[in-house]
Amino acid sequence: MVTTWIPILIFIAVAMAFGIVVLLLAWSVAPQRYSKAKLQPYECGIEPLTDARERFNVRYFLVAMLFLIFDVETIFLYPWAVIAEELAWFGFVEILVFISILVAGYFYAWREGALEWV
Amino acid sequence: MVETVIVPLIVILTVLFAVLTTVIFMVLLERKVQAWVQVRYGPMRVGYHGLLQTVADVLKLFLKEDITPARADRWLFTIAPLMALVPALIAFAVIPLSRDLTLFGLRFPGQVADVNVGLLYVVSVGTLGIYGIILGGWASNSKYPLLGSLRSSAQIISYEIAVTMTLVTVIVLSGTLSMTGIVHAQLDKGWWFGFMQPVAFFIYFVGGLAETNRLPFDLPEAEQELVAGFHTEYSGMRFAFFFLAEYTNMIVISAVATTLFLGGWLPPFPNVAWLGFLGVVPGWAWFMLKTFGFLYVFLWVRATFPRYRYDQLMRLGWKWLIPLSIANLVVTGLMKVLV
Repeated sequence: MVTTWIPILIFIAVAMAFGIVVLLLAWSVAPQRYSKAKLQPYECGIEPLTDARERFNVRYFLVAMLFLIFDVETIFLYPWAVIAEELAWFGFVEILVFISILVAGYFYAWREGALEWV
Repeated sequence: MVETVIVPLIVILTVLFAVLTTVIFMVLLERKVQAWVQVRYGPMRVGYHGLLQTVADVLKLFLKEDITPARADRWLFTIAPLMALVPALIAFAVIPLSRDLTLFGLRFPGQVADVNVGLLYVVSVGTLGIYGIILGGWASNSKYPLLGSLRSSAQIISYEIAVTMTLVTVIVLSGTLSMTGIVHAQLDKGWWFGFMQPVAFFIYFVGGLAETNRLPFDLPEAEQELVAGFHTEYSGMRFAFFFLAEYTNMIVISAVATTLFLGGWLPPFPNVAWLGFLGVVPGWAWFMLKTFGFLYVFLWVRATFPRYRYDQLMRLGWKWLIPLSIANLVVTGLMKVLV
């Protein structure tokens, strides 16, 4: 069981090694001639006055929270889907109840305007 | 030792080589297809009909100065491209590319690892790439990258819900999460799941376009508004890594679509007797053919459709695709119980 994951671990190690080695090689070959103007963050030629990490729109947080809720609930459907055939009607009705709770939450979020962007 | 380490290592290196080669030709193909659609030639100078254009581009990026902006977070700025690239590459670990092959008396599996939660692995690893985008945008400490990374991640997670939901229908049909199991289920059923689940296929395709930030959903890189999105401050090899990750993600989406909806390495209509001669072509060739066909559609869509507006994009994801995928799932479940 666990041994089937060993190739994936090797794959992760190889992929990371590939990235790091290529980066180090590139740094050893590429020129490094810094100047003050070159190191400035790009802002269409205007000198940036403040830190760029300002407050941003709250909708992004809203989207992230909705994603967490819906995605976790979706993952709960996966175990049912695997054995949907054996569970037959019992499983279907159960999952229908689960999905209706999900849909109720979805329409609540819709009515409250969480899905509106502008 | 040979069975558990050497053989997987050979398979891994083959897969990695194949993927990176595909990326290189994918970039060229993209430029060529755009050019053909617009009645141009595209790259013609480097190599035969521009065949080595991308190789030259990569070499150029390799030799370019790699700038870290003065205000950037030095460590995160370096790690972010790797965090985008590595998940994109390792998603290939569970995708069955071929039947098991026997070479020189050794048995080579057709995929790196046949784990029993393969589909779940693809979904979770595919979402990991967002960390690279978010960190890259935040570490740059510049306004355009920050906005671009926020947009990009909001877009990806919005469409992720519809995609994860729609994949459940495939599992209902196949009764397994193992990628090889799903291919075999299509062999048993005699139909590719793309024919049995056209709605799911459509949702997966649209979601795939949005998750790879491709046109018509390429808002994170809307040049007129955000310069270049989250990788505005990147240059040299680290920029190349983001680029590589983006194209690798496209190939991952195509390969997963091929496996789930187009029968993976199966020839067309594997159960029809008089079409049996199609089995002469090896499985990996069918797999490549289907994946490239799917990738071509990506390029075709880019050449055809204009860009969405951001609120339209979010409305499409949240108010159309998610209800559609839920309805599709309920209908599929009902069919499963009735039939």
